[in-house]
Amino acid sequence: MRLEGKGLIDRARPVSFHFDGRRYEGFAGDTLASALLANGVRMVARSFKYHRPRGVMTAGSEEPNALVTVGRGAAQEPNLRATTVEVHEGLWAQSQNRWPTLGLDLLAVNDVFAPFLGAGFYYKTFMWPRAFWERVYEPLIRRAAGLGALSGDACEDSYERAHAHCDVLVIGAGPAGLMAARAAAEAGADVILAEEDTRLGGRLLAETEEVDGLAGVDWVDEIAAELAAMPNVRIMTRTAVTGVYDGGTYGALERLAPDIAARGHAPKGCFWRIVARRTVLAAGALERAIAFPNNDRPGVMMAGAVRAYVNRWGAAPGQSTVVFGNNDSAHRTVADLQAAGVHVAALVDARPYARCDLDVPFYPGAQVCGTGGRRGLEAVTLATTKGEDRIAADCLAVSGGWNPTVHLACHMGARPTWDAARQAFLPPADAVPGMRVAGAAAGAFSTLACLESGLNEGAAAAVDLGFRAPDMAAPSAGKATYDIFPLWQVPGRGRAWLDFQNDVTVKDVVQAATENFRSVEHMKRYTTQGMAPDQGKNSNVAALAVLAEASGQGIAETGTTTFRPPYVPVPIAAMGAGGKGKGFAPERRTTSHAESIARGAPMIEAGLWYRPSYFPQKAETHWRQSCDREVAMVRGSVGICDVSTLGKIDVQGPDAARFLDFVYTNMFSTLKVGRVRYGLMLREDGHVMDDGTCARLGESHFILTTTTAAAGQVMRHLEFVAQVLRPEWDVRIVSVTEQWAQFAVAGPQARMLLNGMLDAPIDDAGFPYMACGAVGLGGVAARLFRISFSGEHAYEIAVPARYGAALFGALVKRAEDMGGGAYGLEALNVLRIEKGFITHAEIHGRVTAYDIGMQGMMSAKKDFVGKAAATRPGLMDPERERMVGLKPVGAVKELLAGAHIFDEHAEAVSDNDQGYVTSACYSPTLGHVIGIGFLRRGPERMGERVRVVDHLRKSETVCEVTPLVAFDPEGGRLRG
Amino acid sequence: MRLGCPICGERDRREFYYQGAALPRPEGEVWAPEWDDYIHNRDNLPGATRDLWQHEQGCGAWLIVTRNTVTHEVLGVALATEAGA
Amino acid sequence: MADFKVQTACAGLLPVTVGDLRLTEVVPGRVTSLAPYLGSAGALSAAMQAAHGVAWPEAGRMTGQAAARALWFGREMALLIGPDPDESLSAHAALTDQSDAWAVVQLEGRQAVEVLARLCPLDLRDTVFAPGHTARTDVAHMAGSVSRVGPQTWQIMVFRSMAATLVHEAEIAMARVAARQNSPT
Repeated sequence: MRLEGKGLIDRARPVSFHFDGRRYEGFAGDTLASALLANGVRMVARSFKYHRPRGVMTAGSEEPNALVTVGRGAAQEPNLRATTVEVHEGLWAQSQNRWPTLGLDLLAVNDVFAPFLGAGFYYKTFMWPRAFWERVYEPLIRRAAGLGALSGDACEDSYERAHAHCDVLVIGAGPAGLMAARAAAEAGADVILAEEDTRLGGRLLAETEEVDGLAGVDWVDEIAAELAAMPNVRIMTRTAVTGVYDGGTYGALERLAPDIAARGHAPKGCFWRIVARRTVLAAGALERAIAFPNNDRPGVMMAGAVRAYVNRWGAAPGQSTVVFGNNDSAHRTVADLQAAGVHVAALVDARPYARCDLDVPFYPGAQVCGTGGRRGLEAVTLATTKGEDRIAADCLAVSGGWNPTVHLACHMGARPTWDAARQAFLPPADAVPGMRVAGAAAGAFSTLACLESGLNEGAAAAVDLGFRAPDMAAPSAGKATYDIFPLWQVPGRGRAWLDFQNDVTVKDVVQAATENFRSVEHMKRYTTQGMAPDQGKNSNVAALAVLAEASGQGIAETGTTTFRPPYVPVPIAAMGAGGKGKGFAPERRTTSHAESIARGAPMIEAGLWYRPSYFPQKAETHWRQSCDREVAMVRGSVGICDVSTLGKIDVQGPDAARFLDFVYTNMFSTLKVGRVRYGLMLREDGHVMDDGTCARLGESHFILTTTTAAAGQVMRHLEFVAQVLRPEWDVRIVSVTEQWAQFAVAGPQARMLLNGMLDAPIDDAGFPYMACGAVGLGGVAARLFRISFSGEHAYEIAVPARYGAALFGALVKRAEDMGGGAYGLEALNVLRIEKGFITHAEIHGRVTAYDIGMQGMMSAKKDFVGKAAATRPGLMDPERERMVGLKPVGAVKELLAGAHIFDEHAEAVSDNDQGYVTSACYSPTLGHVIGIGFLRRGPERMGERVRVVDHLRKSETVCEVTPLVAFDPEGGRLRG
Repeated sequence: MRLGCPICGERDRREFYYQGAALPRPEGEVWAPEWDDYIHNRDNLPGATRDLWQHEQGCGAWLIVTRNTVTHEVLGVALATEAGA
Repeated sequence: MADFKVQTACAGLLPVTVGDLRLTEVVPGRVTSLAPYLGSAGALSAAMQAAHGVAWPEAGRMTGQAAARALWFGREMALLIGPDPDESLSAHAALTDQSDAWAVVQLEGRQAVEVLARLCPLDLRDTVFAPGHTARTDVAHMAGSVSRVGPQTWQIMVFRSMAATLVHEAEIAMARVAARQNSPT
């Protein structure tokens, strides 16, 4: 029911929306919860487990009952709290966990069987048969008990992520937070004021308090305007700080206003990482319920929420209200309701000594011991000093006291401390470096105390950072004392709810204690208390008070469970913002990328790089046709391949040669200028890190190449050696991978092709195998290396990347004119397998130089990284799995990388494992399948037949062990 | 988590690569027990640790970071070229 | 031999304008990395000053003017941008041509710093990161360089091969920042 003239909603802007398919009217400034209450909608949800009718209970992000699904289609978003969903034109919301409808929910039958469904029910009931766990029980339980669901379709809505930095982060913009922000900003600090609500003010928006002689709301507007005008203040509304991390880092979830989020490119929200040197936590306090029988009917609400709906939203939750509490909050509620013209049927104050100066039926020392009604509250039963009384009411406002919102102060592991006078857990001191706590979050429960505490902590945070203390005084405000009488539960017939969201009752917690789950952490897991999306914000303190009583311990001794981020639910999409597509993995493109795509080449990922698999020609319908042609082309005439993705590292300095001697197993100080040498690098543990070539461009100038996959690792390793192991050596390392576009020109006609382009032609005498040097190419300064990864007479030519696209096009055209052309990664792989050249398929991190037959490259004349470890007997054991070639010789010709090798007549089980296949392909040159593998004593077993089995892909092949180099073992073609 | 790079100042941990314990490398080309301690053996005690990190997405400097694994307090960050492993 | 056509790193990708935000490619001309040898930083700076009128930049800073600039680029490394490096420098430092290695873009606009807040984790407040400041950092998961060349003008560099990803990510961030304009707070 809407109250005329009340509230901060904009009555000039009516808004229509839908809930469960029905159209309603609200106003700008309404939440879905306030608009539904104003429309008289009380039942908005079914409970998690028993499918009990539930209504709105709170007015904030802690709401346990009113979870709804917002939106339709792919973008539907489940489990949003109606208390934080802003009403806007076109809003489409639906209730959850009911079938077929909210009013007629067939699973409400669970409520009838409630006596059998208590704590531990699942653990005791769904034990056998084991095979049913995943296939039967879990789907059934998930269907019956649950929350909303995602659509299952890909959602185009997106979140963004962003970083922010400040001197002082103020969390919460109630009276304490506003004063803290104002004080810190006045002192000169850069301030971020983060508030999860849509506007600043906190409880001042929901109360009728005066501040500084103004209505609280007007005072808020005034200070908000002052803060907005300060250049060193950043106000972030709709932003909930969700987690505290090391080094002053805070996670925060910002929801964009619906009208902004609806704009074309706007995200739905933003996940902020805020770095703050100091923080003032002014998160306020949450009102707690009292567990009395049937305390969960729609219409039973928190007293502070009732005031919020009346004062802030001008919506009366009921026609006739009973107010029940154990503290002064109850009296304030009566006063506000009466001032708004809402009938109050009774004030029930559990404090026997309480007095009342309001004109209302008053029951001191009484308790609510039951409720009645079908789909909503109709009557309240009181246990008074004179006996039971039944009062008709459709709203029951409850206050069990206030819990300071200590969560963020405890995110780094500290536990809050129990304060008996306030019957509340208070934040631990110094629990988060740089964080101070102000206002109700610190246990200051009057408005004046909040203002003063905010001012003090905000100023202190700034002074900590070296700013001068601001000259400010706290404004005048109410300083009512907080008087509370401990009351957690009221005995009586019927279940009394603690955790409304997970349907945990007093009986469940008592049962946990009876079954000896007395530790609060055990009780939590046994009953699921506090494990719902609200993470027990509404119920944990009451639950552990009940546990304390049942187990005979005090509340302080019982303690709390661990507080962990996030404070409010955060969509995974928000946490992963920026991690879609290119944002997840940047794409690296070579200069030949566009040309390769234009030629129809499917691109394949190699690390972050995209490389062409093959270049299909007309009439080729299968990749093998293209690959076989490209291999034949390289063996027969000439092929062009972009090899720019290999890491290229420039090494210079007086100690460059000495440095390379130390990082490679073999010698580089003896390499002549103008020559290239193959090199092998080990890790310090004696296993192979990477291989590649190294060219000496000048006396103290080398350029080395790495494999595509290991470029980053090798660069990091070289810097490690230079900075950590040999800082006294004068050597400078810089990556030039991106500077040079480099292309392999491979095949018997490679030199002929190049000589048609080079400014000065080359010959074998001047440019023999493993030579390198500067060349001119149409006036462009290029580098030429005579190296080969195909086994053919081959070169790699490098030009500054700006010329890459043009050179690739020119090379391919010339090659095509000579009967050759471009080749891709598939052909490159076949060519190197035919030659027994290794890639990271072979040097996968567990192999030694000995395993790949390169022990001869480990120089005895010098020290090198990995030398001591590589010479351990176990790493030079002939029994090790060592690299060999493989060739199918039985009926089956298929050979798969990853398959395991067994003796020909042994059973294919792991005990008999003899090795594995690392690379395999069809060799068009040889006309049969070949492979490379690691086999125990491999090189000693040439000609032996072995059984090669791939259990996963159900493949079995008999192979002969062959020499590694399947084609041109003498290497004549390289030098030709 | 944030680390104060001696060259760049305080930076987010995602700019850094973590390697492991900062230990002096035994010299010599022959395997000896101290190599086991250098490469493999770690006591992994809670409390203060001295580790090698690289400011890989930053200036590239290798760093010696001392920090308390219980409190997460960063006790110091020094350039490896100066502090030595 | 036919002339080879030159292609810049962001060819076909830029410029991009969203609201008052503008992303353009910078073609810096000659870029040379300078890595001083042990104990040679002072001599290198003097040689740079003599030959190009620009001093060695301290960590996180840029020196020089448009014709010859020195951009700090990491531990014991700076980029000399503009001129061909004078021969005298090579006595004091390892010189490496990097003219083609980086995609260099310029981001301008009132909200440019908000775009950067979505791309990198740096503290870019006016009081911390003034014009003339530069940093190596993570730019949308790429190893990059961010420099403030004016109050509302920034230079971003990533590996040349990642130009398309940089433009893509920056465009998204620009569109999102622009969509928020006039956001009620």
